[in-house]
Parts: sequence; C-alpha cells; structure tokens
Amino acid sequence: MTLTKIRSLASTALAAAALVAAAPVPAQDVAPDQLVKTVTLEVVDLIAKDKEIRSGNRAKLVQLIDAKVLPHFNFHAMTALALGQSWNKANPEQKKRLTEEFRTLLVRTYASALAAFSEQKFDFRPLRAKPSDTDVTVQVRVLQPGAQPVPIDYSMEKTATGWKVYDVMVGGVSLVANYRTEFNNVVRESGIDGLVKNLSTKNRALEGAGLEKK
Amino acid sequence: MTRGLVLAAAIGVLSGCASTADRDPRDPFEPLNRGIYRFNDKVDTAIARPVANAYQKVVPAEVRGRVRNFFGNIGDFFIGVNNFLQGKFEDGVSDWARFAFNTTIGLFGIHDVATDMGYEKHNEDFGQTFGRWGAPSGPYLILPILGSSTVRDGIGTGIDLYVDPLTEVRPYHLQYGLAGLRLTQTRADLLDASRILEEAALDRYVFQRDAYLQRRRSLIYDGQAPREKEPEDDTDKDKKPR
Repeated sequence: MTLTKIRSLASTALAAAALVAAAPVPAQDVAPDQLVKTVTLEVVDLIAKDKEIRSGNRAKLVQLIDAKVLPHFNFHAMTALALGQSWNKANPEQKKRLTEEFRTLLVRTYASALAAFSEQKFDFRPLRAKPSDTDVTVQVRVLQPGAQPVPIDYSMEKTATGWKVYDVMVGGVSLVANYRTEFNNVVRESGIDGLVKNLSTKNRALEGAGLEKK
Repeated sequence: MTRGLVLAAAIGVLSGCASTADRDPRDPFEPLNRGIYRFNDKVDTAIARPVANAYQKVVPAEVRGRVRNFFGNIGDFFIGVNNFLQGKFEDGVSDWARFAFNTTIGLFGIHDVATDMGYEKHNEDFGQTFGRWGAPSGPYLILPILGSSTVRDGIGTGIDLYVDPLTEVRPYHLQYGLAGLRLTQTRADLLDASRILEEAALDRYVFQRDAYLQRRRSLIYDGQAPREKEPEDDTDKDKKPR
C-alpha cells in the first residue's frame, strides 16, 4: 500500500469518523476494527490541530485521551489480567483502587506513546475474524520512514456496551503481560496494599514531574 | 572457561542482595545483570542520552532520516543473509533488492526508494536466526553498553558485529566516526521509547527485561507468536516456530 493511498484512506476514515460522531450509531454496532480506526485517526487529528498539546502540554493530552480513548478500554479486565493469580487475593476495595491507579498509569504511558507516533502514518489491517467472534485482535501498523513498521495489536472483547480493549501489544510486547512480573514481585514483597501504594506513589511522582516541566 | 569462573564468582559476590527463591527462572544472573544495568544507566545518563538529545536538537529531522537510511541500508544486506539462513527466501530476495535499489538509485542508501517500490524493511539478526533454528534463549543477560540480551542473542550479536561492514572501513578514524554516528542515531531513535519506559515502569530493570524477552520472541516468529496464556512456563517456548 502506498502512502498516498493510506493518506486518502485516512481522509475517508476521518470523514467516516465525522459521520459516526454526528449520527447516533450505538457503540455496540461499530465493528472493532472500524472503532480502532476512527478513534485513532480522530485523536491523532486532534493532537495535530492542538498547538498546546504539540508544544508539550501533557495535562491536556491526558485529558484528550481520557475523553476519547478510555471509554473503549476495559480497565477492570486489564488490571485483573496484569495481576494474574494475585487478583483473587484482593478484596473489592483493593480491586477498585488497583484498577484506578493502573488506569492512571496506563493513560500516561499511552499518551506518551501516542504523542511519539502522532506524526507517523498508520496502516489499518483488515480484520481477520468471523462476524460471530466475540474476542478479536485488531492490527494497526505504524509506518516510519527507514525502519520496520511497528505493529500495534489491540485485543478486544465484545461487551454489552460495545467492543472493549483489554490488552495492547506494541511491537509484540503485551502491556498487560509486561506488568505481570512487576506486580507479582511487589505483591510478594509487600502485599496487595503495597502494590496500591507503589502505584499511587508512582502516579503522584509523574504528576509532579509533569507540572514542573510546564 | 575462565570467563565462566569469573562470572560465577561475580554472581557469588553479588547475590547477597536478593534471595534465590524469589529469582525469575529466566534471569538467574539478576544481581550481576542489575550491576551492569546500573553501570550502563550511568554511561547513558552521562554521555549517550545528552549526545543523542543534542543531535536531535541540532541536526534537522530530514538529515537524521538520511543518516538512518544510510545505516539501515548497510544492515539490509545481512538482514537478507539471515532471512536466507532461516529459509525465508522471498524475504531474503526482497532485502537484497532493497540493498541493490537503495545503494544505487538511493545514492548509497541515503534515500529509501525501495520502500516506495513495495519492498518493506525487515528486522533480522543472527540471534533470531538461531532462535528460528530452535536454539533456546538461555538466561537473560545485560551486556555492558549494548544492554538487554540473552546467551543466544549475545552470541548472535557477536556474529552481527563480526560481519558488520563498518569494520572494513579504513582509515580507522573514519570507521570510528561512522560507528559513533550510528550509535548516536540509534540512541536518538530510542529517546521516546526510553522516556516512556521510565514513566511506565515501577521497576525499570524488570519492565525492560520482560519487554525485551517478549519482543525477541515476537521477532523470531515474525510477529506471529502464539499467545501465551500462562506466563509461568514461557521460558523456552520459542523452540518450534510456527
């Protein structure tokens, strides 16, 4: 696929995104690959148009991701998967706090990744799944000049409120799996509460660092 | 042999800080690795990162793209060799076509004309070839300066460097200059990734290790690695690709 073709595809998709935004199409009717495409292109477009975000306003970028991307993620499932067996040891309150903190951390990471990729071209791969499937992988590739394309795979599950992402693989690295060893190490050393505290300290530190840069 | 003894001794000295029971089976040399990791981190903070930052600020993106293409083109030749060694002849031919077109029409590789012609760039090295042949990764290793590796990939990197066309360049000061430029370009390309790593990880060492092992497994399978349900038994799943 040539770049011009991708660009024309991108503009078609943008037009489609505008239509989707305008028409009251219920979220559960949007196909998963279409959802990834429209959301990605919409967000990248918003970043490109926003001078403040491009000049490094992280708070605004996080806000944008929060509003546009996060509704399509299932953080409960992501946190459960990242904790593995430790998840069952946590009580409901701990589960809630873990999910909140992990969510905050992932949003920041995702915002940084998206900011780094925002000037690249995307190649949205056709979905290889049956219409009856409820668990699919949506493949996107980030095309960078002079380097191998970076594959981004979204693992998505069909829910009552539409398709939700429960894992993201960047270049073959699963985000959820990558946190598993870290989380289990902390849980083994200082329990579930230790992990909650650890995550919360990390998040506060990042917030502080973000403010200093402004 | 001697090296093995030195390694064993060093592990003995350093292993005081973590109990053996907690250790990840994929990373038996963790204490030693962490030591080298801290050393690498210091070198990176003191030299590599500042140089890469300055390079990115001073040199226009256009020129950096040409530099990346130039070194990428030199790499394509042995990427092709590795594809042939792995029996992926179509990919190998494509890599050599890239090398031929980019070296000539692309003016010694500074223009990546082959991508526009439909020859996509691949990622291969000797470590991946050994993996493809069925060699297990062996323990995780942090190499001085070079960073994350495994026993298998470390041997692979040794061969990658041995056959590196840059080692043929004379006079030596030109060779060192080119090698330095390539390192700077590589580090500059990783600036975003290393910042994200710093933000994302609770323990950077663990996060980077797991990402490296996942990434290598994915590369050996060319992005088609079967999904791992249980992380506990993934040590040497990459024995039989496909």
